[in-house]
Amino acid sequence: MKTNLTAGMSRRTFIATSAGSAALLACPSILRAQNATIKVGMPTILSGRVAILGETASIGAKLAVDALNAAGGINGRQIELVIRDTKGKPDEAARITRELITTEGCQIILDGESSGGAFAVHEVVRDAETYCVHAISETSSLTADPANRAHWIFRAGRQGIHDAISGGLYASELAKTGATRWATCSPDYAYGRDTTAEFMEFLTMFAPEVQTVGETWPKLFQPDYTENITNIMNFAPDAVYTCIWGGDLVAFFDQASLYGLFDQFQTVAVNLGDLPVLAAIKNLPAGIHSGNRYHPDVPDTEANETWGENFEKGGKLPTNWGWQAYTGANFVIEALKATAGEVDRDKLAEATKGRTIDSPQGVDGTVTMRADDNTLIGYAIGYGKTISEEPYLTDFRPTPWDVIQEHEAEWKKRKNYA
Amino acid sequence: MLDLTALATCFTSSSCLVMQTSTGVIIGMLLFLVASGVTLIFGVLHVVNFAHGAFYMIGAYTAYTAYGATGSYFAAVIVGTLTAALVGVLFERLAISRVYKENLLMQVLVCYAFVLICDDLVKIIWGSEYLAMGIPDEFRVPPLRLVGGVVPVFYVFLIATAALVAILSLVLIRYTRFGKIVQAAARNATMVSVLGIRVPIYFAALFGLGCGLAGMAGALAAPVRSMTPGMGLSVLIDSFIVTVIGGMGSIPGALLAALILGLTRSFGSIGFPLFVDGAMFMMMVAILVFRPQGLLGEKAVR
Repeated sequence: MKTNLTAGMSRRTFIATSAGSAALLACPSILRAQNATIKVGMPTILSGRVAILGETASIGAKLAVDALNAAGGINGRQIELVIRDTKGKPDEAARITRELITTEGCQIILDGESSGGAFAVHEVVRDAETYCVHAISETSSLTADPANRAHWIFRAGRQGIHDAISGGLYASELAKTGATRWATCSPDYAYGRDTTAEFMEFLTMFAPEVQTVGETWPKLFQPDYTENITNIMNFAPDAVYTCIWGGDLVAFFDQASLYGLFDQFQTVAVNLGDLPVLAAIKNLPAGIHSGNRYHPDVPDTEANETWGENFEKGGKLPTNWGWQAYTGANFVIEALKATAGEVDRDKLAEATKGRTIDSPQGVDGTVTMRADDNTLIGYAIGYGKTISEEPYLTDFRPTPWDVIQEHEAEWKKRKNYA
Repeated sequence: MLDLTALATCFTSSSCLVMQTSTGVIIGMLLFLVASGVTLIFGVLHVVNFAHGAFYMIGAYTAYTAYGATGSYFAAVIVGTLTAALVGVLFERLAISRVYKENLLMQVLVCYAFVLICDDLVKIIWGSEYLAMGIPDEFRVPPLRLVGGVVPVFYVFLIATAALVAILSLVLIRYTRFGKIVQAAARNATMVSVLGIRVPIYFAALFGLGCGLAGMAGALAAPVRSMTPGMGLSVLIDSFIVTVIGGMGSIPGALLAALILGLTRSFGSIGFPLFVDGAMFMMMVAILVFRPQGLLGEKAVR
């Protein structure tokens, strides 16, 4: 019979006492950790074709969080942003969100994923009943469709339907000057299809003389737009609408200018107003109509301009994603202030619902989280025209919010969303 | 979904016919240019270069930097081609040569790893913003008008270049000593090396050539395509469709396949706009089922 090496104590006892003392010693640090930081999980896209989305969203969120932490945090507690790369894949977004909640201990999610991934994150936070603010997805149904709603989930970004109403109104002015034959060229996926349909719906509502003479649907990230461009030329429209975005829009513009497309008719390129796109297109043609996305002149206030300058210190030009993430982070911060740092889902939700916060991108300096469907209103929204030098976009015509909301309410009734 | 009247109308209108045919040829030749690298490498080395898209991307980005530094599009294209070729040779020597005889899955893994590394390196060096070279001044001219159709001058240049690439690669592989040695070595490396020929150098050179072609395609197309990390993926799939339909290893086959695909896309966007991609994939399936060696490929030697 062999004797135990640890004389006087069996191995089992040794393990038990070690584990026990380790737990005992760790207790104070667990308590300290709980008092130390409030963790906010942020799944976003940091690699691949749309890496710029996550990079600028991260800068925006950090801008808000760093300012708060520098001012003392929430009753002395700092907010810790836990940013993770979803690579733009919905299944990855779901997995990462679950990990942020269960492994990292984030009880607040600031969702920086674009539409496909945002719906995946949405399902996870609904299941896990975790307080969440979507900052990037613009797909209207995320908050407009009652089937998607949960009282602890909010959207702090622009909504496709708002852009469609604003764009439709702006374009109806073009129709009055003779542009009645319209063609569309948008990416063939949910955002492209829905946004184009919504825009044309409102355009034809405000200007019934408008007719769609042709549609062409390139694939997302398609490198070669030649057949779409020649299709547009075959349609011979007076005006073209496109919601192609990002790098694709840069390529589309370069290829279209080879054919002299922009000399032949009016163009409404909703997403042209994105600063990275404007900066990339060499020889930007003048007179193209675009939405504002992020622009230092919309609204034309010092607060907005200063905000843009501070943002650039983070290393990138400000984008639509940047101001949306900044706004989302601020809603989280204001809710935490209202609950004095208590990270309780229902209390945070109550503190966010219907709240108005200061915002450099708000029409009157503020934005509001509308109470009936937990989505953002009051942000500056309008259309303008390009010029070939900085600031590239000018002649902005903002759309008043009462007009937008009136048409939005009717649209909801038509879709049985009310 | 199927708009035969629109298609018929187009066939009877000379301007539409010219426009769509020239569009089809443009798309086809660009496809061929991008796919030529894969075809060459597979045709001779029997290795599928799944990292092909990464070399296309390297060519585009280095050409962009060279264009910014020199202001010359042609210098930029040369820089893009040579950089991609050099990186290709290094990649072949350090990684691919070790998996020539391995399972195809191994080759895919090695290539995919390289693609991910390249994507991140590009993001670190050039950033994640969209970059565009812009059209060089030489090509900033109004498009040509032929019988009612519109053909941009820049695309005429690209078509001519693609045709030259096709002819030169064919000549290289079939009629030069280099080409004959590499083909022989790919079939039986031991015998060829016994003859005193340093086979690894030939393999590396050919792989570098294929990657150089990919880089050249990226550099040539840079004026009209935007650059982002990960841009290689969109050309990889198209390149494989062209290579499979044309016959893996046949350059004339790839050219034929690319033109057929280009014309399908062009006329398809009028006749069956929602099913163009579907039609392309169906052609690939049909080839794989009924003529697996491709349109002009050689039947596999058993």
